[in-house]
Amino acid sequence: MHNVCAIFRREFTSYFATPLAFVFIIIFLLLAGVFAFYLGGFYERGQADLAPFFNYHPWLYLFLIPALSMRLWAEERKSGSIELLMTLPVTVWQAVLGKYLAAWCFAGLALALTFPMWITVNYLGDPDNGAILAAYVGSFLMAGGLLAIGACLSAVTRNQVIAFIITVVVCFGFLLAGFPLVLNLFSGWAPQAVVDAIASLSFLTHFESISKGVIDLRDLLYFATVIATWLTANVIVLEMKKAD
Amino acid sequence: MIEISHLTKRYGPLTAVDDISFTVEPGQVLGFLGPNGAGKSTTMKMITGFLAPTSGTIRVCGHDVAHEPLAAKACMGYLPEGAPSYSEMTVRAFLEFIADVRGLTGERRRSRLDDVISRLALAGVLEQVIETLSKGFRRRVGLAQALLHDPQVLILDEPTDGLDPNQKHEVRTLINAMSKDKIIVISTHILEEVDAVCNRAIIIAGGRILADDTPQALASRAPSGRLDDVFRQITMGIKPSHSKQEAAHA
Ligand SMILES: Nc1ncnc2c1ncn2[C@@H]1O[C@H](COP(=O)(O)OP(=O)(O)OP(=O)(O)O)[C@@H](O)[C@H]1O
Ligand SMILES: [Mg+2]
Repeated sequence: MHNVCAIFRREFTSYFATPLAFVFIIIFLLLAGVFAFYLGGFYERGQADLAPFFNYHPWLYLFLIPALSMRLWAEERKSGSIELLMTLPVTVWQAVLGKYLAAWCFAGLALALTFPMWITVNYLGDPDNGAILAAYVGSFLMAGGLLAIGACLSAVTRNQVIAFIITVVVCFGFLLAGFPLVLNLFSGWAPQAVVDAIASLSFLTHFESISKGVIDLRDLLYFATVIATWLTANVIVLEMKKAD
Repeated sequence: MIEISHLTKRYGPLTAVDDISFTVEPGQVLGFLGPNGAGKSTTMKMITGFLAPTSGTIRVCGHDVAHEPLAAKACMGYLPEGAPSYSEMTVRAFLEFIADVRGLTGERRRSRLDDVISRLALAGVLEQVIETLSKGFRRRVGLAQALLHDPQVLILDEPTDGLDPNQKHEVRTLINAMSKDKIIVISTHILEEVDAVCNRAIIIAGGRILADDTPQALASRAPSGRLDDVFRQITMGIKPSHSKQEAAHA
């Protein structure tokens, strides 16, 4: 446990050692605001809720989360520090967990900094704060799921750009699994059970059900499974090829 | 004690390390010599558990590196080739991180940190970001990191590469001072260094051990009594095992 903490702390502070943290947070807040106010019609709708804000989170994450996750392992490979890390008395699991949790907490921090939106909507009207809290939880879980995908894929290569592109593509697939675009590919020929199974893999379906204000155990279980699966894959990838 | 038996590492068709066996006892400072591409770093990466061998076993301090990696890693300090580190960290933060992972606490942590910082003359750069350090200082940070937990076994891949003459001397003194009860394996291309610090030298080329003796005994193999001449004599014409024809051609 203390190894996970040590790696977590190192990784988390490393975000702030470079302009990455500030650039990421500022871009995240800016885009979140632009999407909510211009595309989502936050004012024009005349409703006191944050739906226009949360609706765009999946699309915001689609590009920003891979930008956060791409460096996790690819950079360790590139700089050779992976050799240092893997010859310290830590297990691969501890390293994976420490680094992943640091990235997730950082994403959580960026998300938490959108709190002025919450204050604004409370100032303008009388929103359902329970639903807003649930949507925050859903958004955080979705970020966690996408980050787990990104962490695993960043361990595949030493090239951050490649890690970024593959992660965007895979995340896109996971986001859209519940949409006609993906489902139509299957619904013609595959049995309904398969189509339903694919639809149930969608991040969006689960995110939307949470952001309606009900935190269902099944949705929590879904995100927990996604994260655990991808982190396990991350460990396997690292164990299979530590060098290069 | 390091016990290596029938260690082999293949990269596709290339056999980088070819069935080598040797043991190193406490008190020995083993110099690992060989031309570029001989397999020195590959062997060290396997000893420290970074690379899995294709076949063969390695035991360090009685722990099998493949089966008890944590126990084996805990008793080793390792300076990888090129001294990689986290370049965006300050020297102090980096050493504190290593101390965390090595489980150093309290008084011992403080005294170990002070010790490596003074031995490697890092006091002046503690708050500097590693990225902005000169090559020699980066190497010293890597050495400090390897020595921090005062390990029983030290594996140092080209520890004095890039150091100024004073620091070279300092590091050699350091190794000599530690050598009494420890196991130290260093790879180097500086043969005078072998004379200065090692009490045993292994010459390896093409992944095979070609000589294993004290530096003095090795040197006396050449009429000139110089280690350079012996090294050249032994390793000339030896290429990695997949290119035997080329070697014959040359
Ligand atoms: N990841 C890899 N893939 C393929 N071949 C590799 C890989 N790593 C090392 N090799 C090869 O293995 C051989 C041994 O390399 P190694 O780094 O152990 O040499 P070395 O003795 O440390 O040389 P040097 O003195 O230049 O540091 C070389 O021929 C090298 O090209
Ligand atoms: Mg080498």
